[in-house]
Amino acid sequence: MPSTQDWIDNPLGVVEAMFAASQKSPDSGWEAKAVDFFKEKLKEKDAHTWVPSLNDVPLHYLKPNSLVKFRCLIQDMFDPEFYMGAYETVDPSTKAKVLQCGKYKDVTECGVDLNSRNTVTAERQTFYCVPVPGENLWVKDSFAGSTQARVVPSTSYAPSRQKRSYEEDEEDVDDMDTQPQKLREPHTGPHVPTEQQGNGDSKRQETEAPSSQTAPASHLDLNFPLPGEKGPSCLVKVYKDWDAFKLNDTLEVFGILSVSPALSALADEKDASSSILDPAECMETAEEQRVHSPPASLVPRLHMLHAKPLQHNNPLLPSVTLKDNSAFLSSTLSEMASVRAELLAYLTHILLGDALAAEYLILHLISNVYTRRDILPLGKFTLNLSGCPTVASYTERLYQIIQHLVPSSYYLGMSLQNMNQMRLVPKKDYVANRLVSGALQLARNTSLFLDETKLEQGQLDTTGVRNVTALGNLISWQKVDYDFNYHQMEFPCNINVLIVSEARSLLPSDCQIPVQSQVDPAHMDEYLSSIHMHPQASSQMNKLRIYLSVARLLDYSISDEVTKSVEDDFVDMRKDDPQSISAEDLHRMLVVARLLSLSLGQTSLSRDSWLRAKHIEALRRSRVEQHKCVNGNEP
Amino acid sequence: MSSPTSTPGGRKRGRNTNPATPSSEGPTSPPSQRRRGQDSSTADLMPMPTSPATDMLSPSAPQDTSLFSSPRPSVLPNEVDMSSPLMYGTPSSRVEGTPRSGVRGTPARQRPDLGSVRKAPQVDLQSDADGAAASEPNGGQRLVIWGTDVNVGTCKEKFQRFLQRFIDPTSTEDENSGLDLNEPLYMQKLEEISVVGDPVLNVNCLHVQSFDAELYRQLISYPQEVIPTFDMAVNELFFERFPDSILEFQIQVRPYNALKTRNMRSLNPEDIDQLITISGMVIRTSQLIPEMQEAFFQCQVCAYSTRVEVDRGRIAEPAVCRNCNTTHSLALVHNRSAFSDKQMVKIQESPEDMPAGQTPHTTIIYAHNDLVDKVQPGDRVNITGKITSESITATNDRKSQQSVPNVLAGIYRAVPMRVNPRQSNVKSVYKTHIDAIHFRKTDEKRLHGLDEDAEQKLFTEDRVQTLKELAAKPDVYERLSSALAPSIYEHEDIKKGILLQLFGGTRKDFSETGRGHFRADVNILLCGDPGTSKSQLLQYVYNLVPRGQYTSGKGSSAVGLTAYVMKDPETRQLVLQTGALVLSDNGICCIDEFDKMSDSTRSVLHEVMEQQTLSIAKAGIICQLNARTAVLAAANPVESQWNPKKTTIENIQLPHTLLSRFDLIFLMLDPQDEAYDRRLAHHLVSLYYQSKEQIEEEFLDMAVLKDYIAYARTYINPRLNEEASQALIEAYVDMRKIGSGRGMVSAYPRQLESLIRLAEAHAKVRFSDKVETIDVEEAKRLHREALKQSATDPRTGFVDISILTTGMSATARKRKEEVAQALKKLIQDKGKTPAMKYQQLLDDLRAQSETAVTKELFDEALRALADEDYLTVTGKTVRLLA
Repeated sequence: MPSTQDWIDNPLGVVEAMFAASQKSPDSGWEAKAVDFFKEKLKEKDAHTWVPSLNDVPLHYLKPNSLVKFRCLIQDMFDPEFYMGAYETVDPSTKAKVLQCGKYKDVTECGVDLNSRNTVTAERQTFYCVPVPGENLWVKDSFAGSTQARVVPSTSYAPSRQKRSYEEDEEDVDDMDTQPQKLREPHTGPHVPTEQQGNGDSKRQETEAPSSQTAPASHLDLNFPLPGEKGPSCLVKVYKDWDAFKLNDTLEVFGILSVSPALSALADEKDASSSILDPAECMETAEEQRVHSPPASLVPRLHMLHAKPLQHNNPLLPSVTLKDNSAFLSSTLSEMASVRAELLAYLTHILLGDALAAEYLILHLISNVYTRRDILPLGKFTLNLSGCPTVASYTERLYQIIQHLVPSSYYLGMSLQNMNQMRLVPKKDYVANRLVSGALQLARNTSLFLDETKLEQGQLDTTGVRNVTALGNLISWQKVDYDFNYHQMEFPCNINVLIVSEARSLLPSDCQIPVQSQVDPAHMDEYLSSIHMHPQASSQMNKLRIYLSVARLLDYSISDEVTKSVEDDFVDMRKDDPQSISAEDLHRMLVVARLLSLSLGQTSLSRDSWLRAKHIEALRRSRVEQHKCVNGNEP
Repeated sequence: MSSPTSTPGGRKRGRNTNPATPSSEGPTSPPSQRRRGQDSSTADLMPMPTSPATDMLSPSAPQDTSLFSSPRPSVLPNEVDMSSPLMYGTPSSRVEGTPRSGVRGTPARQRPDLGSVRKAPQVDLQSDADGAAASEPNGGQRLVIWGTDVNVGTCKEKFQRFLQRFIDPTSTEDENSGLDLNEPLYMQKLEEISVVGDPVLNVNCLHVQSFDAELYRQLISYPQEVIPTFDMAVNELFFERFPDSILEFQIQVRPYNALKTRNMRSLNPEDIDQLITISGMVIRTSQLIPEMQEAFFQCQVCAYSTRVEVDRGRIAEPAVCRNCNTTHSLALVHNRSAFSDKQMVKIQESPEDMPAGQTPHTTIIYAHNDLVDKVQPGDRVNITGKITSESITATNDRKSQQSVPNVLAGIYRAVPMRVNPRQSNVKSVYKTHIDAIHFRKTDEKRLHGLDEDAEQKLFTEDRVQTLKELAAKPDVYERLSSALAPSIYEHEDIKKGILLQLFGGTRKDFSETGRGHFRADVNILLCGDPGTSKSQLLQYVYNLVPRGQYTSGKGSSAVGLTAYVMKDPETRQLVLQTGALVLSDNGICCIDEFDKMSDSTRSVLHEVMEQQTLSIAKAGIICQLNARTAVLAAANPVESQWNPKKTTIENIQLPHTLLSRFDLIFLMLDPQDEAYDRRLAHHLVSLYYQSKEQIEEEFLDMAVLKDYIAYARTYINPRLNEEASQALIEAYVDMRKIGSGRGMVSAYPRQLESLIRLAEAHAKVRFSDKVETIDVEEAKRLHREALKQSATDPRTGFVDISILTTGMSATARKRKEEVAQALKKLIQDKGKTPAMKYQQLLDDLRAQSETAVTKELFDEALRALADEDYLTVTGKTVRLLA
């Protein structure tokens, strides 16, 4: 497939050819054509797997100006910028003028005629993108494993040039720390056995070089939402329809990689050459410079050709949407009931033999804000598992299990120190002109695991109160108020919050269920240590993962008859005891019924599911009542 | 005057792609009159043939960036045609060119705000140009500024005519206060300048537009050329009229309020080099930057000195001393060079203008000279200016300019950034900024009075049309109220009440008669069982209104609601930080869990809810802040469940002084009836299966509702008509009558005021300028409904307003008195017993009375008697005094 190589290795060539062709026939709309060309190419069978991904290939293996993809979250949006969409260059010797295309590039060719009347100024938007926060290891591995990109660190692209650069060395540190096994995987995979030799060699060459590395790039904060995250971040340049993108969207971006060292050189040079008359000198502070034009070797630029919004981040699901892949859908649906039973058994085991809690946990794991009615988010299902044992780091274990089930998750121990010190809410930093991320800037459907058992007595300071309020807002309204210093701005989110606590949580929740341990407290340690985990990539585990993601993506409806019977039920229940059920309870029951149906792979509510939902709700309520009486702490 | 070295070609905007020949630019060159080939057809027409629209659309913008400061070599082919009537001149620019004759040597001050490029291709044809234009004002020969369609003479003349004749009898701007509205406005301002000596003339672009649309168009499209011309014109006029006045420097014209007001988001390359106004919030200001305007060079050999003007950020250092012909002998003397002030200001989009889910954009603005330090971070401003883009390496050809309308007058600029001078490949990105010409703070007056003008949201005509169509519908009131929080079921009257609150009444000012402002905002209290979506309603309202604040009674302290004084960490000055109530001035303050608020916090609300001001006296700061906010509060009953046997006051335990300040008090109760349950269930279930499209069909868009309210609040100011006043009077009298039969007062003037407000708000909903009887009817109905819910005496079943005004129903008061009398009688019957047991007394009274006497009632009776100094209660004994 020689053409494949062409459009992946030299996309700019394609673009330029189209641009040149368009000069003869104006109004040809070459820009749209170029984008369409790449879209078509990517649609071809498996074509997208041939494109190397910034997520799992270190930057210095990638050819500059080649097509790459990047799975990311839009963390910040910078100001739009004006660039030269087309310009003329003058050959110094012949004085011949040539019209050049400036799109998808950061730097112009030599000899720009800045006075040419053919210069076209165009506008583009820059997004600061980071890898999906909280992405779990199995997702990363699985994505890396499925790629077929032939990443050949070409000898012609001398790594030396990059190697010499100070920043690049730092980049290496990061990569070597975090990615070695992931790197190897694609190459040892069955797809590209022939490449293995070459890669191995070049790898060795490169790993030897950075022995004299200086301290890692601590001066450059890459602004990841979650602490301890690693991976490349990227400045994505968007050329059209940037209004369609929203902050915190997760995307798979296909774009042209630009790592020209010239971009980073700018900052250093300015120091030397600044003069009092430099009009740009005072435009940006040093911090702003650093944030908005970081070294390209650390934060590469990506000129977007095509972006695919990610509905889910589960590599095990086919990349096309479920609707277009009926074969996959029907096969999964048919298996759903059995997989559910399996998952239920597994979770029951983990939740100390409490089947009801396990049932609710499943419902929680597939919940999703599917729409908003004015301000009311519908479909959220925040679960509060109370009565969790505090021994033997039970909660951490529970989190580990969840980590293996969902694509992205984050564990937040609600210790006093964490609450008082962590930055949960993103805040605008006006000096550097960027949005400093916080732990609540998460992609959709991320599981946020709040461990309240870590909370001890003490005082919350201002930050702490603000953090707890933010968590409360997140749970009740599924929104986070970002701090813009002079005002706040509300960003809707879609985060699955699971709270584990000893008694009822201090945070609001949609549903609280006390875990009833079937395990003798004396043997708790033993039992917990015996909890066995499925091996990472076993097909068993994969089935559960697919199940959870698919259940969340299914459509859902309620037929008229069922509506009627639900209404009747509600009226009857109210008749018996108006105090026992309020509108809020009905809300919850409808959500439970919805999730219950989906968890069974049913796309419309049946009478049975409704009754079952009522049943488990009744069980849960009685348990909560009982619990109230037992500890007597309730008001 | 322009030295040849400092005059590279193409100083004009990008459209001027024909660079001047070097020869024609020298001071000695003959007046070259060039014309552009494509313009020839239009010869005599003053307005350029190419319409400005096409001009702006041409991909012109930044193309004129020269990397070289040397004059460009190219000569245009179709250039010189001396006989052509269409000629290109340059306005003498503010610095050197102003006709001295008229100005009497008042120094001109440079205008860095118009760009560092102050020199036109100084073809020495100024005198010719001016002369020609002056001598033949209507004649055939036209000089047009190179690259534009601006004829200096005509332009000047037009502007002078504008200044002399423009009258704006409808002006409401406060800065015009004290001026005679029937006299030419700007002549009065000139007079003011002659008196005050502040040589700045602010010109409202809207005035220019209404006076001369063509002039306005030129101003917007070619600010860099037209504003200097205006300067010239105004100075000539000024010194003609006030020949003796002495000004520090020549008058500068500052246009503002360019109609092309834009959202920062909609700025695009086509705006470059135009006059625009944008609004936004200042987020950062830099320190003052001295910018060299004129460099002073002195020859090391012969001490000959020369001045060189800075041209586009560059100084062309003279290589040879003109006096002694020594090469490279000239040295820059900083102390004698001229500098101007410059400051970088960063503004950010106002939160109201933002599309959801995006982050605000920022723009860099340069303020020059006296505009420096005019704004502080946090200010909301309108800036008029020119947008410019520039190259980082100071190759300094300005790409283009644009002015932003409304907040900031400025010129938008873009400059390519050169990556590496050695490689000479350029980073293909322009830096853009706006040169501010005029700042206008939009929130400045919030401390003093209303500034409706600045609050104005701009509506497109289409939008206004849609809104008006909507308003014309007979059921608009129902439609809007059902669009309010559609996810919350029923409670139609409550929603209607809140809707009226959103619109508010008409502001009236009676300060002349000593009564001060009347409250125009409607306050609403929702009380009721927990879990009846009160909080949801509050959240919805908070999300709907631009100036909403949401706070919870539990979490807010008095200072959090009002204002507090803190020390600024940087300046160490005391700063007043405003709280939720002040922040929601002109908006709605939503207070959840009103009952959980501490007493001290609640007490500040008294002033806010009637006088609508906040008085502060702390840390040496004494002031009164405006808090014209409507309060929407929600309270839970004390016993967690509403007790229908008790009055509102007893249920929520709020002081009646506060309660009486609410226009409407609604109960949100769980009705517990089957039909209701069924509808509720249906509503909830449908919430969970209807698709998005269905939902949208059913209800008005939230955005439409927002705009509708904003429009009505801004533009509609209904007044009572005769019938409506009559109806109000009747309504009030009726209300008074109801109670008088039972010896109770059932309405107070406060209720009448509420009625008026509600009727006005209802008229606003209809976009009607008159309050009519139907408005009063609805106000009455709503008021009655609310009263029925909140002021019904549970003992009698009658509506009793005194429950809200005095905290106790009339029957309850009567009962109290009866018990007290019975008790007194009982004690007197007992004869001479100076002390009695408390419990004994209670039992006796109970035995004697026909109705049940509660302990509370008994206590109250004792207290009443104690007040009469009849007895005293100590512990468990009751002693007679007397």
